[in-house]
Amino acid sequence: MAQCGDDPTDRPCDRGQWTTDHGPTMNIIVCVKQVPDTATKVRIGKDGRHIDPEGVKFIVNTYDDFAVEEAIRLKERFGGEVTVISMGPERVKEALRMCLAMGADKAIQLWDPAFEDSDPYTTALILSKAIQQLPYDLIFCGKQAIDRDTTSVPSYLAEMLRLPQATVVVKLEVDPVAKKFIAYRDIEGAKEVLEGPLPAVISTQWKLNEPRYPTLPNIMKAKKKELKELNAGALGLDPTMVGEKGSRVRVLGMELPPPRSKGKILKGDPKEVARELVRLLREEAKVI
Amino acid sequence: MGSVMRFELTEDQKMIRQMVREFAEKEVAPLAAQIDAEARFPEETLRKMAKLNLLGMMVPEKYGGAGVDTVSYVLAMEEIAKACASTSTIMTVNNSLVCDPLLRYGTEAQKQKYLVPLAKGELLGCFGLSEPNAGSDAANQQTTATLKGDKWVLNGRKNFTTNGAHADICILFASTDKTKGHHGISAFIVELDTPGFSIGKIEKKLGICGSDTASLVFEDCTIPEENLLGELGSGFKIAMGTLDGGRIGIAAQAVGIARAALEQSVKYSKERVQFGQPISSFQAIQWMLADMGTEIECAHLLTLKAATLKDKGVRHTKESAMAKLFASETAMRATTKAVQIHGGYGYIKDYPVERFFRDAKITEIYEGTSEIQRLVIATYLLK
Repeated sequence: MAQCGDDPTDRPCDRGQWTTDHGPTMNIIVCVKQVPDTATKVRIGKDGRHIDPEGVKFIVNTYDDFAVEEAIRLKERFGGEVTVISMGPERVKEALRMCLAMGADKAIQLWDPAFEDSDPYTTALILSKAIQQLPYDLIFCGKQAIDRDTTSVPSYLAEMLRLPQATVVVKLEVDPVAKKFIAYRDIEGAKEVLEGPLPAVISTQWKLNEPRYPTLPNIMKAKKKELKELNAGALGLDPTMVGEKGSRVRVLGMELPPPRSKGKILKGDPKEVARELVRLLREEAKVI
Repeated sequence: MGSVMRFELTEDQKMIRQMVREFAEKEVAPLAAQIDAEARFPEETLRKMAKLNLLGMMVPEKYGGAGVDTVSYVLAMEEIAKACASTSTIMTVNNSLVCDPLLRYGTEAQKQKYLVPLAKGELLGCFGLSEPNAGSDAANQQTTATLKGDKWVLNGRKNFTTNGAHADICILFASTDKTKGHHGISAFIVELDTPGFSIGKIEKKLGICGSDTASLVFEDCTIPEENLLGELGSGFKIAMGTLDGGRIGIAAQAVGIARAALEQSVKYSKERVQFGQPISSFQAIQWMLADMGTEIECAHLLTLKAATLKDKGVRHTKESAMAKLFASETAMRATTKAVQIHGGYGYIKDYPVERFFRDAKITEIYEGTSEIQRLVIATYLLK
């Protein structure tokens, strides 16, 4: 098992225990986040710093679906095991069970009251502690969570685990024998191709695959699969290192975007209207 | 110790509903208007539904199905029907009217040969009961089955058969002894590529246009003796027992259509501005929405009650009839209100509520008209 120091940022650690020495089978970890459904009308809670969870429908983060799908496809191809991990309160079990129904083998919920209000840094720290207790060849994350859109957990995680990372990946090739990956990224006007050793952290973009719907028999089987809970103690985490206390970033307040102001309709001679439109876009809207 | 009556779904049921809801929104709803306009059978959707085991939901896994309960089936039907009533019609026929009687009355050999591929959705089934002169009077079967040697020879005509033009297998009802009335009707499994079988008229309909409705013609159509389903003379009992389950499916379909109508009405009434305010601020509109919501909740609960009784193995003829009656009439009232709330826009094809309105009507007719449901219910009340 990989052993890292208490402070994951202070020294390198080894790259996890290899499990592919006996052939091309892979242990894959997928980090998922439960987020409000995009169709949900979000309200800000009384403290002004959190959303009000009342009546909110939660789903598996959209980008994480691609991560789970890619992990299951690799498992189906090479053999092995997919473990999904999520940090969050009781309700995240629903998200984890959905991943199990898609075809993941095991799930781990990371929760402790001390984890409340974790920022991306402490979230990655908590995830890294859980991952260090497991064998792994590959770690997947969605490229960002659609609630806070910080996109930073996958990179923090890779740094904490001292692993190579490829983010916002649209195509992935994995060679479990040669222990390497080739990841494709869309960059402006071109495609970037990265090659690196395994284990690695890969964050997934929507073009990567088409996530499956869980079949009914797999939904029925999901509840028989292992769903473990780990708290701060089980992860060897000092409560002051995590949650709001350990966070680098503190949310001071939340505001809903202002309602859209009334549009402006220009009337008259097309030539004059066009001239006026250009002037407004340049001088008022300042977009050209 | 008192116990609290629970109106809560199990984890499995919630997950099934969530999965089917996502599937319906992403894969089924986008095609609904098109298959309705073109009267096109949604083959591509059915292939996807087969993969998820939505076409043999209540069949045990060992026979190729999903092995889920009737409550889960109701939840799935509601979601598919909310997205597209036509697709849900095809789904309910295969699940309730074809797989269910094969599971309950089929021999092991019949289950292996027919139920497994039907439950997996590799084959599609239809239910041949209605005839030109045997609608509500289903016992008046003119189609005959005569045993000649070790073969049954079928002659007659079925009409209004859902899936008829696309089905591979038909659960067919025919008279085997005209002197015995109800007890002279038997059920058969007919492969629809058998010589002597042909597809007759394909109907043009008011609604559910994406599902086909065909007449089936049998002219000296000869099938093996072992394709008798259940006992000789038990066909009427099989048909009625099957419809007890089928009506739960139709009730769920009706609830789904009504929910679609309500959802569109809420959305539209908040967007549509008249007299300087959204029409949702008018009490006239609010009352319509409130009635729709209340009736939908009643219909949903009645349907779940009937499904729960079926899952317990308790007789549920009356409850199925009540659920089907109330849900179908709710769908008709809700879609009528939805068109009214939309005004002129509800009457044109740019908005989906005119389709909901057309689709809803069939739920008051097939698998027993509202009048037949009332007859069934009254029979139980007057016992």
